[in-house]
Amino acid sequence: MSFVEYGDTIKDGDTAIVFLGHESMFPVKVQHGTVTQTKYGVIRHSTDLIGKKYGSKVTCSKGGWVFILHPTPELWTMNLPHRTQILYSTDISIITMMLELKPGSIVCESGTGSGSLSHALIRTVAPTGHLYTVEFHQQRAEKAREEFREHGVEHLVTVTNQDVCKNGFGVSNIADAVFLDIPSPWEAIGHAKSALKAEGGRICSFSPCIEQVQRTCLAMEEYGFTEINTLEILLRVYNVRTISLQIPDLGKAAEDNSSTGFDRSNPSNQGSPCANLQQGTVQFKSGVPLREVVGHTGYLTFATKS
Amino acid sequence: AMEGGGSARIREGDCAVLKRDEVFKAVSVLRRRKIIFEKQWFYLDNAIGHVYGTTFEVTSGGNLQPKQEVEETTTETKEAGTDNRNIVDDGKSQKLTHDDIKALKDKGIKGQEIVQQLIENSTTFRDKTEFAQDKYIKKKKKKYEAVITIVKPSTRILSTMYYAREPGKISHMRYDTLAQMLTLGNIHAGNKMIVMETCAGLVLGAVMERMGGYGSIIQMYPGGGPVRAATSCFGFPKPFFDNLHEFPLSKVQSLLSGTFTTETLPADPEDNALVEEESNGLTEEKQTSLQETEEEPSPEAAMEINPTEEQDTMDINAEDVEFKENKEKENKENVREKQIKQWERRKKLIEAAALLREKNADGLIVASKFHPTPLLLSLLEFVAPSRPFVVYCQYKEPLLDCYTKLRERGGVINLKLSETWLRNYQVLPDRSHPKLTMSGGGGYLLSGITVILDKGKSDPSNSEALKMEEPSSKRCKLQDLPC
Repeated sequence: MSFVEYGDTIKDGDTAIVFLGHESMFPVKVQHGTVTQTKYGVIRHSTDLIGKKYGSKVTCSKGGWVFILHPTPELWTMNLPHRTQILYSTDISIITMMLELKPGSIVCESGTGSGSLSHALIRTVAPTGHLYTVEFHQQRAEKAREEFREHGVEHLVTVTNQDVCKNGFGVSNIADAVFLDIPSPWEAIGHAKSALKAEGGRICSFSPCIEQVQRTCLAMEEYGFTEINTLEILLRVYNVRTISLQIPDLGKAAEDNSSTGFDRSNPSNQGSPCANLQQGTVQFKSGVPLREVVGHTGYLTFATKS
Repeated sequence: AMEGGGSARIREGDCAVLKRDEVFKAVSVLRRRKIIFEKQWFYLDNAIGHVYGTTFEVTSGGNLQPKQEVEETTTETKEAGTDNRNIVDDGKSQKLTHDDIKALKDKGIKGQEIVQQLIENSTTFRDKTEFAQDKYIKKKKKKYEAVITIVKPSTRILSTMYYAREPGKISHMRYDTLAQMLTLGNIHAGNKMIVMETCAGLVLGAVMERMGGYGSIIQMYPGGGPVRAATSCFGFPKPFFDNLHEFPLSKVQSLLSGTFTTETLPADPEDNALVEEESNGLTEEKQTSLQETEEEPSPEAAMEINPTEEQDTMDINAEDVEFKENKEKENKENVREKQIKQWERRKKLIEAAALLREKNADGLIVASKFHPTPLLLSLLEFVAPSRPFVVYCQYKEPLLDCYTKLRERGGVINLKLSETWLRNYQVLPDRSHPKLTMSGGGGYLLSGITVILDKGKSDPSNSEALKMEEPSSKRCKLQDLPC
């Protein structure tokens, strides 16, 4: 296993995802002789995990069971230990596409934060690309290095512990793309420009506040970036439900059974066991929006150096 | 073969994209070939040798000339009003008549100068607020300054272009939705992917870009052959096609039941291919290009790639043209050539079948005009456990059905039905706000992860699995009902 290469069987040292049920999962580091507690009981790594296929159902000590999944950047994003606020897959997907990332791309990123985006970037630029990521917080930088090692991707990433606004990315004239998720991105635009290849590249800055965006756009224009474009992407998730609505009693049923207002000859109602007019309800499948959703993560500003 | 990105130089025969403001058009760079784009005509000859990303001005005679960086002259006079209380629309503020402007254009005067003259001859310009002046200049520049930028094709550019110009051909899949698919599907180098799409080959191209020539792709196609018009716009290097396989959807059932043999193939697949292609792709293309005429005065299809070249990657169609031409004077040479091609086709088909039979694909991407449920129920058989799959549909309802059927089938977890909204912003000093219009809809996605399918369906833990995943109290109801 590695985060950039699928494997079939679970091996000692792998990071695997224990899937307990709807949106309920956590990562484990697979190690001989280790046990993991779940609400369904204990998982013994040596016997329950190592050598088994990814995607297997594993029965825990109390008889309950879980699925063991191969790690991906998306599963990692949902389960990683937060050291900072992180970027989620919805933003990550548009960042990756708009920065035109692909195998072989060289990317600069700051800050590394909890490494949520970093894993996705590494996955996309592997096996021939590279990520240069800059984090000014020493402990966070060290923790990120450790995770990249554990996940088998250390050869694809360089973590530098410095202030990107003061010292830049530590590389110049090398990157196809730059990504900024820092409080004052406008102070790093000049460094971003020099990190990008002379023949050009793409840049993206993530900011929660519009005032940050304005200053960043001005700085981008000042440094000659073109195609400056700010956007926001929002995820809507739907729960699939069977809904039943009661048919109001208008006193018609006694008079005329055929005039309930629902066309019984309509094949979509007639054939469907869901339309039960006798009981006075109509049932249908619906995609129901969640009661509360994320309304704002941040503005994404993209631009081109050409 | 693996290019890291960056901008190389424009070469003859390249696939390139023309850009003017937010409007894109894919073209192939050919000498002495007239291009019509945004009501302008020109030749690309002079662009050859320049770096991608260069902005050109269209000069008289349709030649391209790299645009010189010019100092803004209009901002010198900083005279401006504070409000519009005294500005009256009498229709006479512009002293230049239509004929005057036409005369300026006919004289070959640069757009930049025409804009300057318009400003000077506008009696209200000085009374406008600074912001209004800015807006006026931008509007006139857009109209009179004939500039185009030539950029390198990418998923970003082509998916934006297709969504704006020909949404019908890609089932209205917005570019941010495509971006979600690539991420949710964990598309990366080294994967063995199954792709089933009827999006002109755009989704296939996007997957190919993300895989960078590493790994393999099996494209499942309906009818006589895969459509790859959009794929060819990417200008991928040849090696990218070495591990691109295709397999007809109509043979999936026989492959799954074990009755598939290449002996059961139609004797001459090329003949079928022609008929199918005409009914599937080409007529549709004509219709869309008719609709496009409002925006684009030229009668050509929106994609400038010429028809024969467009289908170069579809060897079937290239063969068809050949087939027609040589029909009368069919000599032995031709028959032999045809036999070789057919033998190669068969060989490729056997390869694709073998890859599918391994049932160990690293993911499944479906984005088609067909109902997703039967596609998913069959194609998931070819996917290894613990791998992601993503289905696109323009409408939500078929995905509701698909969700329910997948639940009944089992072998999948973490099912998620989602949609993304995209909002663009104008960011200018003191004038920042969301853009006036946004897209109404860019389609829906159903995604999930495969797991090892439980053999014993009567196993009581199976219903537990259902409970485990169904998020709320409604789940009991769902189980009790026969639907």
